[in-house]
Amino acid sequence: MSLNTDPNFFTPGKRYFRAFSPGDDFYEALIDMHRDLSDEQSAMANARLILLLANHIGDVSVLREAMKVAREGV
Amino acid sequence: MLSTYQYPKFEYRRPPELAEGRGGRYPVVVVGAGPVGLAAAIDLAIHGVPVVLLDNDDTVSIGSRGVCYAKRALEIMDRLGCAEEMVAKGVSWNVGRTFFREQEVFNFNLCPEPDHHRPGMINLQQYYLEEYLVRRAQSLPNIDLRWKNNVIAVSDEGGRVALRVDTADGAYSIDTDWVVVADGARSPIRHMMGLDIEGKIFMDRFLIADVVMKADYPTERWFWFDPPFHPNQSVLLHRQADNVWRIDFQLGWNVDPEEEKKPEKVIPRIKAMLGWHANEEREFELEWVSVYTFQCRRMHAFRHGRLLFTGDAAHQVSPFGARGANSGIQDTDNLVWKLKLVLDGKAPDALLDTYSEERVAAADENLMNSTRSTDFITPKSATSRTFRNAVLGLAKDYPFARALVNSGRLSVPSFLVESRLNTPDTEVFAGNMVPGAPMDDAPVDSARGEKWLLQAAGNRFVLLYCMPDAGDVDAATADACAALAAGSIPVETLVVAERGTAPAGLGTLIDAKGRIRERYDLKPGTSYLIRPDQHVAARWRSFDAAKVRAALARATCNA
Repeated sequence: MSLNTDPNFFTPGKRYFRAFSPGDDFYEALIDMHRDLSDEQSAMANARLILLLANHIGDVSVLREAMKVAREGV
Repeated sequence: MLSTYQYPKFEYRRPPELAEGRGGRYPVVVVGAGPVGLAAAIDLAIHGVPVVLLDNDDTVSIGSRGVCYAKRALEIMDRLGCAEEMVAKGVSWNVGRTFFREQEVFNFNLCPEPDHHRPGMINLQQYYLEEYLVRRAQSLPNIDLRWKNNVIAVSDEGGRVALRVDTADGAYSIDTDWVVVADGARSPIRHMMGLDIEGKIFMDRFLIADVVMKADYPTERWFWFDPPFHPNQSVLLHRQADNVWRIDFQLGWNVDPEEEKKPEKVIPRIKAMLGWHANEEREFELEWVSVYTFQCRRMHAFRHGRLLFTGDAAHQVSPFGARGANSGIQDTDNLVWKLKLVLDGKAPDALLDTYSEERVAAADENLMNSTRSTDFITPKSATSRTFRNAVLGLAKDYPFARALVNSGRLSVPSFLVESRLNTPDTEVFAGNMVPGAPMDDAPVDSARGEKWLLQAAGNRFVLLYCMPDAGDVDAATADACAALAAGSIPVETLVVAERGTAPAGLGTLIDAKGRIRERYDLKPGTSYLIRPDQHVAARWRSFDAAKVRAALARATCNA
């Protein structure tokens, strides 16, 4: 499997009528996660989130590919 | 400042209550002759309801203000008889481009599907829209348009509403069964009634500059995040009619709005932008400058007894997405047919509660989308800004990130899927035309000369009935359809066909390009009950007059 960079957000059981809505649902939840956190707390929350998601994905080759893309653009 | 527009001055006339010294009693009074109040009055008049329209001013909107009118608003204006002028004068566009620093990272097309009558969006100064609506209102005999008539008191007297109205000739009183409140964001009537509107103000300021210049930029919406000519902030460029360009600069909270409005502050900002873009000196003149803040808030309910709140009086959103005037026009679209049925005694006044329910749901969707856009455009924390810039940085190369770029989710109509007026599906359909959906348009041929499905529907209940050859509709079905058309709330049947002519009393729509079949997942026998505001009420795979009557009763609170 290779890294999927096409739009891929959805909510099981929820019907979307606008293509932008599932991604916006995710993004809002992401920003909400950081509400009222200090910058330091946010950095820690981000690190924890990455670790949880990385484990969920599991496939280390996919993770390496994502890491490469993430680092390239910084 | 230069002016491309000559403001009309509408004539105040002594109202009959003062001229003839009599009391007035009316079925409906609309307060506020902005786009929403005018649309409400015109729609009521088209439905045969005499209407008094009160406005405290005597001209159109000062400054261009709302400039983007979306496809759905144009479709409603088609129904009201005003869209042709708007589209002819306005600038039609579908493509938007988003830039991050120096690079384009994303573009979108509002109308990716072919075969729709109206474009995704037009840009038109608000004063033109109001001028056209006023002209249309003046052409209708049952609208009594009263300029310089200022409502100073309102009281709900149970079976009627009493209004006190002030004029240059003194004050007078009128009674009305219903008031459509369209008196804007500061809504004096909302205040007089002591009603709350809840939400939040955004801590940011924006500069609007309307600029007259000859430029050959394409007719597109351009949005910059953090451009070199205005670092760390956003900028929006839009074309309007008459070579007027709208430029919107984010300023941040800690600026002096009076200072920022001065030409000596505004002109260098515009020069920097044009110089960066075209690398040349371009001549321009300022037409209108304003610094604004905005609020996102709505009333708890849009119906209070006999007062029906619409547009900005009921709900306000951030400007990103053009969801203000567009949603206000959809409010009246939802309200007027219901009010007409209630006035005629054909539906209980509970039907007006569904106006509030459906439009509160739509307002929440608009608030959600415009708040999300605002949070993306103006991040509230360092972490939020980091994520925003990461999305923009990835957007050029990765499609998933492009879908997350949010420079405004432009106004589209709500799917009223939670409405109690819908009859839930019991059969399987593909596509999006679920109960509660706003109708998709499609080209048609019809003996009545309609070229578009949405021209053929609207203003009344309609049953779309699919039959490949319209001549094959059997006698029993034709009789049942004739009975539906003769009901106390008539339902007109339109046979959607590939060929042929339906029996007498039924309309025929030839599905010229097969788009209706495709968009509504039609099969022979498929029937859709359509509301007067062009939303789907119910649908079935076969025609059954009893089911149509039950769905009609449900859609009008008569069940």
